[in-house]
Amino acid sequence: MIIQNTLVDIAYLIGAVSFVWGLRLLGSPDTARKGNTYAAFGMGLGILAVLLDPRIDGGGNYAWIGGGMVVGSLIGWLSAKKIQMTAMPQMVSIFNGLGGACAAILSIVELTTQDLDTGGMAISLFALLIGAIAFTGSMLAYLKLDGKLKDSQVTWPKHSIINQVLLLITIGFFIYLIVVGHTTGLLIGFLVLSLFYGWSFVAPIGGADMPVVISLLNSFTGISAAAAGLIYGSNFMLVGGILVGASGTILTVLMCQAMNRSLFNVLIGGFAASGGAAGADGDQVAKSTNAIDSAILLNYSSSVMFVPGYGLAVAQAQKALKELDDLLESNGVDVKYAIHPVAGRMPGHMNVLLAEADVPYPKLLDLDEANAAIPSTDVVVIVGANDVVNPAAIDDPSSSIYGMPVLNVWEAKHVIVMKRSMSTGYAGIQNQLFFHERTKMFFGDAKDSIQKLTAEVKNL
Amino acid sequence: MTQIMQFISDNLLLIYLLIFTVILGFEVISKVPTVLHTPLMSGANAISGVIIIGAIILIRRSAPDDIFSLALGTVAIALGMINVVGGFAVTDRMLEMFKKKKKS
Repeated sequence: MIIQNTLVDIAYLIGAVSFVWGLRLLGSPDTARKGNTYAAFGMGLGILAVLLDPRIDGGGNYAWIGGGMVVGSLIGWLSAKKIQMTAMPQMVSIFNGLGGACAAILSIVELTTQDLDTGGMAISLFALLIGAIAFTGSMLAYLKLDGKLKDSQVTWPKHSIINQVLLLITIGFFIYLIVVGHTTGLLIGFLVLSLFYGWSFVAPIGGADMPVVISLLNSFTGISAAAAGLIYGSNFMLVGGILVGASGTILTVLMCQAMNRSLFNVLIGGFAASGGAAGADGDQVAKSTNAIDSAILLNYSSSVMFVPGYGLAVAQAQKALKELDDLLESNGVDVKYAIHPVAGRMPGHMNVLLAEADVPYPKLLDLDEANAAIPSTDVVVIVGANDVVNPAAIDDPSSSIYGMPVLNVWEAKHVIVMKRSMSTGYAGIQNQLFFHERTKMFFGDAKDSIQKLTAEVKNL
Repeated sequence: MTQIMQFISDNLLLIYLLIFTVILGFEVISKVPTVLHTPLMSGANAISGVIIIGAIILIRRSAPDDIFSLALGTVAIALGMINVVGGFAVTDRMLEMFKKKKKS
C-alpha cells in the first residue's frame, strides 16, 4: 500500500506541474494549444489519482462518482462542441459559474456533516461565500452577454452604495458564523446572502467591462477551489486553485490596462453613470450611403481596412466579410483588418472569429499597427463596431470612455460605418464619428450589407 | 500571538507552497499578447475545475447510506466535470483556429 500511496502522490505532483507548464505554454500563440492539452492531461492525472488514492477510506461509492462524471463530461463536451464561436464568452462564463457552484455545494456538505474546528469552519464558509458569488455573478454575466438581460433591468438607483452595504453585511455575517457557530437555518441564510451578493456585485458592471468581470470571477472560482483544497488537505487542488486565482487576477488587471481603466473604476460601474457628453446629435445629420456607391469606392481603392466589432459577431458575418475580402484582393485591393483589444466581447474574441472564417493571420493588425496604417488607408469599413472608434475617447474629457485607446479611423480618406441604426454602442454614448465629414453610414444588418456589397462589387 | 506563531511553524511548508504558487501564477501570465487573453482565461477556467477532486474525495469517504452527501456530491461532480471537460474542449476549439491560420 505504501507504494500505491507514493505513486498517487507522484501522479498529483506531475499533474500540478502540468498545470503550471500548460499555463505557461498557453501564453504564446505557437504553443498555446499544446499548453491546453498539458493542463487537461494534468487534470486527468489528478482525477485518476484521487480515484485510486488508497488513503481515502469510506464507502467508495464508485457508482455515484461514475454517474456524475459521465453526465458532466457529456454535457460539457456537447456544449463545448455545439456552441457558436460568437457565443463563446457566454459559455466560458457558464462553465466558470458551475465550478463556483461545485465549490459552494462541497462547502455546504462539509459544514453540515462534519465536525469542524474554527479554522476548518472559516475556510469552508469562505469557499461557500466565494463559490456562491462566482456562481450567481457568472450566471448574470452570461445573461447580460447573451442579451437576455439589459444593464438597466438589473441596476438599481445608488447601486454601488447598495453593494458596499451588502458587502459589509456579508462580511459581518461571515464573522458572526465563525465566532458564534452555525445552525442549518443560518447557513441557508448565509448561502442566500452570498448568492444575492454575487448577482448584485455584477449587476452595475456594464457592457465592455464584462470580460474583466468574467476574468475576475474566474479567479474567484480558483480561490474557492484552493480553499476547498485546504479543507480536503489536497495540495493538488491548492496549487491548481491558487494558480487560477493569481493568473486570473493578473489577467483582469491586464484587461483593465487594455482599456486604460482601473479595476476599481470597472467595479463601481463607471460606464453606467455618464450622461453622455454634449452630443448635440439632434442638429447633426449623418450622411448615408448605399451598396452601389460603397462597392465602387471599395473596388477602386488601393487599400481597405475592416474594423470588425460585436455587430459582426452577432450577424455571423465573418464568412461573408472574408468573401468580400477575397473578391477585393482578387481585384488588386490591399485588405487588412484592425483588431481593437476589446473588439467583440473579450480580448482576442475577434481574432478567433476571423480565424474561423480563414482570414490569414498577417492580415490582422493590432491597435498600434492599425493606427500607424490608417492615415495611408483609402477606406476604413467599420462593421458593427462603435465605442472602439469613438473620437470622444481622445478629445472629450467629459466622456465616460475618455482615455481608452481607440482606432483613429477618422484619419483615413473615407470611412464607411455599417450599422443597424444610429443607436449608441455598448457603452451607451453617442459617437461623433458618425457625423464626421469623411464618414458615410451604411444602414442595415452587417451580414446583409456585406453580401449586398459583395454582389455589387461582382457586378462592376 | 503564540497561537499565530504556532500556526506558522506548523504550516510552514504550506505557506511556502502558497506564496510560491501565487508568484508563479503572476509570472506565468504577465507577458501574454492580447490575442491570447480569451483562450488563456478559458484555459485557466478549466483548471479551476480542479474543485472536482474535492467532490470525488467527498463521495469516496461518505457512507453508502449517506444519501444527502452522495446526492449533493454527485451533483457537484457533474457540475465540476462540465467545467473541466467543457472548459478544456472549448479552449482547444479556440486554439485550433490559431493553429490553422498560422500554417496558411
